[in-house]
Amino acid sequence: MAEHEKITMAQAFNQALRDAMAADESVLMFGEDVGALGGVFRVTDGLTAEFGDARCFDTPLAESGIVGMAVGLAMNGMRPVVEMQFDAFAYPAFEQIVSHVAKMRNRTRGALTMPITIRVPYAGGIGGVEHHCDSSEAYYVHTPGLTVVAPATVADAYTLMREAIASPDPVVVLEPKKLYWSKDEVDLDEAQPGIGRAVVRREGTDATLIAYGTSVPIALEAADAAAAEGRSLQVVDVRSLVPFDDETVCAAVRSTGRAVVVAEAPGFASVSSEIVARVTERCFHHLAAPVRRVTGFDIPYPPPKLEHLHLPSVDRILDAVDTLQWDDV
Amino acid sequence: MPSNDLLPSEQPVQLLDQTGSRVVGAAGDFPSDDAMLRAHEALVVGRRINEQAYALVRQGRLAVYPSSYGQEACEVAAALVMGDRDWLFPTYRDVVSIIGRGVDPVETLTLLKGDWHCGYDPVEHRVAPQTTPLATQLIHAVGVAHAATLRGEDTVVMAMCGDGATSEGDFHEALNFAAVFKAPVVFFVQNNEYAISVPLARQSVAPSLAHKGIGYGMPGERVDGNDIAALLSVLGAAVDSARSGGGPQLVEAHTYRMQAHTNADDATRYRQDDEVEKWQDRDPLLRSEAYLRSRDLLTDERTSEIAAAAEAVATAMRDGLMVDVEPDHADLFTHVYAAPTPQLREQQAFLADELSREEAR
Repeated sequence: MAEHEKITMAQAFNQALRDAMAADESVLMFGEDVGALGGVFRVTDGLTAEFGDARCFDTPLAESGIVGMAVGLAMNGMRPVVEMQFDAFAYPAFEQIVSHVAKMRNRTRGALTMPITIRVPYAGGIGGVEHHCDSSEAYYVHTPGLTVVAPATVADAYTLMREAIASPDPVVVLEPKKLYWSKDEVDLDEAQPGIGRAVVRREGTDATLIAYGTSVPIALEAADAAAAEGRSLQVVDVRSLVPFDDETVCAAVRSTGRAVVVAEAPGFASVSSEIVARVTERCFHHLAAPVRRVTGFDIPYPPPKLEHLHLPSVDRILDAVDTLQWDDV
Repeated sequence: MPSNDLLPSEQPVQLLDQTGSRVVGAAGDFPSDDAMLRAHEALVVGRRINEQAYALVRQGRLAVYPSSYGQEACEVAAALVMGDRDWLFPTYRDVVSIIGRGVDPVETLTLLKGDWHCGYDPVEHRVAPQTTPLATQLIHAVGVAHAATLRGEDTVVMAMCGDGATSEGDFHEALNFAAVFKAPVVFFVQNNEYAISVPLARQSVAPSLAHKGIGYGMPGERVDGNDIAALLSVLGAAVDSARSGGGPQLVEAHTYRMQAHTNADDATRYRQDDEVEKWQDRDPLLRSEAYLRSRDLLTDERTSEIAAAAEAVATAMRDGLMVDVEPDHADLFTHVYAAPTPQLREQQAFLADELSREEAR
């Protein structure tokens, strides 16, 4: 590892796009400000210069049009990658995503496939004003036909983006804005587990923290803090929201007998509630306590000066772990 | 292009008047005798398809049928002006166009029969699945056209919608994207006066729907939608222009939905019978037949042959739709993803087990 340069998550996404475009000329990258500017988060930096304006291009400012055009391009042999700029700005594209991107294979019994990657910079913790910080994953995971991934590490940013673009099915890549500038030394050629696999990020024996995207670093931090207090917390990074890796998640929970799900999205009818339901259905007899959740409140995303009250924190996670009926054993 | 050239004609282009006589001094190329005969035959077949589908709903063989009765000239012309490598993007009302592109009538009506959603192979026929969410398919048409342009192919895409769909945001986005990317798309709006029950006046107060083209820097034209000659001329010119790099075009056909929105609709609640009667005289079949007879191009013998050909299509359609296809429950899970997720495999096994236990009872 030492010989590798430290790169940011944004650079890892960029390298994945660059490598995918070099490997397959049907891969097209388009959206708002992705050309000369390189995207508002610089994820498409340099792609137009390297591959030309026909391969990486700006479009009119219209998200439904962007995704709808991707549908047509995919119908006619292309492998489009689109950027939605911000989570909450993707909503105008919702009908195209739900009614066409997700269903086209099914509607046509596989005659038309949608190898489309929808990049959605998502979630908060960046001091963003309203409509720039939504955790919109529940909308996508509830839609059969979509694959949904939420990388939390620099290495996964590269791997999951490459897998998303190579997938024969549409994939929503939730890019955690807060982690775009996180850095790591990574060997991009090193194989990581693919879509559909969760990974144990930290071994532990007392309880399991289950997290994805922006919440993974918080869970790891909480595990560090718990270790200092003598409690061993395991951390599972879900990575792939759809397909969901029941096997890895449930094996982890069975090994500790206690679990807390951590996610910043509102908790009601959410990915976190689905995980609790799945774990409870499958691991009931291994559980020493009900599965707890630390999530955002069921409120519109707060303004910058109040967001710290909404987001899962180390203290809130440790408090939740404390309630897992330790004294009943 | 001077901006005035983007505006449509003062009146819808008409080459044949209601009596089937050629309009004196009309602009545009008049179709050849062969083209007119071929189009008339397609009109007769199209009318018969509409009648047969309507009957099949009453017999319970189709769940519903949004008829293009009265609009057959638009349906037929759209299919006839296209080349083999071109793509059609139809709505649910465009069954006659789809069959006109060579798709099997039974496969075309799979959606309305309820055996599956899209019953034909869109790639093989270059006909997109019929779309029910209004205007959403128009932007797909732009994508298909742009992919062809990127590969240096001269494909043209015929993207169809109705007057109601022009109010949708995707209509705007599609026309704007097409213009900006100079995509070879002909946007063909069949203005049949009603979106289910809502009249055109509640959709738009623009001078015409074709006037919307100039807002995108795109030529707009309007045409008598019950005049097959004018439709072949205007749509043919639009396709030629798109194919030769002229970019997209908007064509509005003025026509009328003679029947209710679907069999489930009651048109008497929102329009008067005398309005419908007025349009009966403008029937596209009466006009093409009168023209061809006046030119001695249509004999009684030829008329019988055409009627027999239409009857054969209707019979094949009826016979095909009378066949009960046993749906395969595995299909529910097979085409959600390229490979089923572990969760879908579980659910498929659950259903298979449930069905086998029911069978054993």
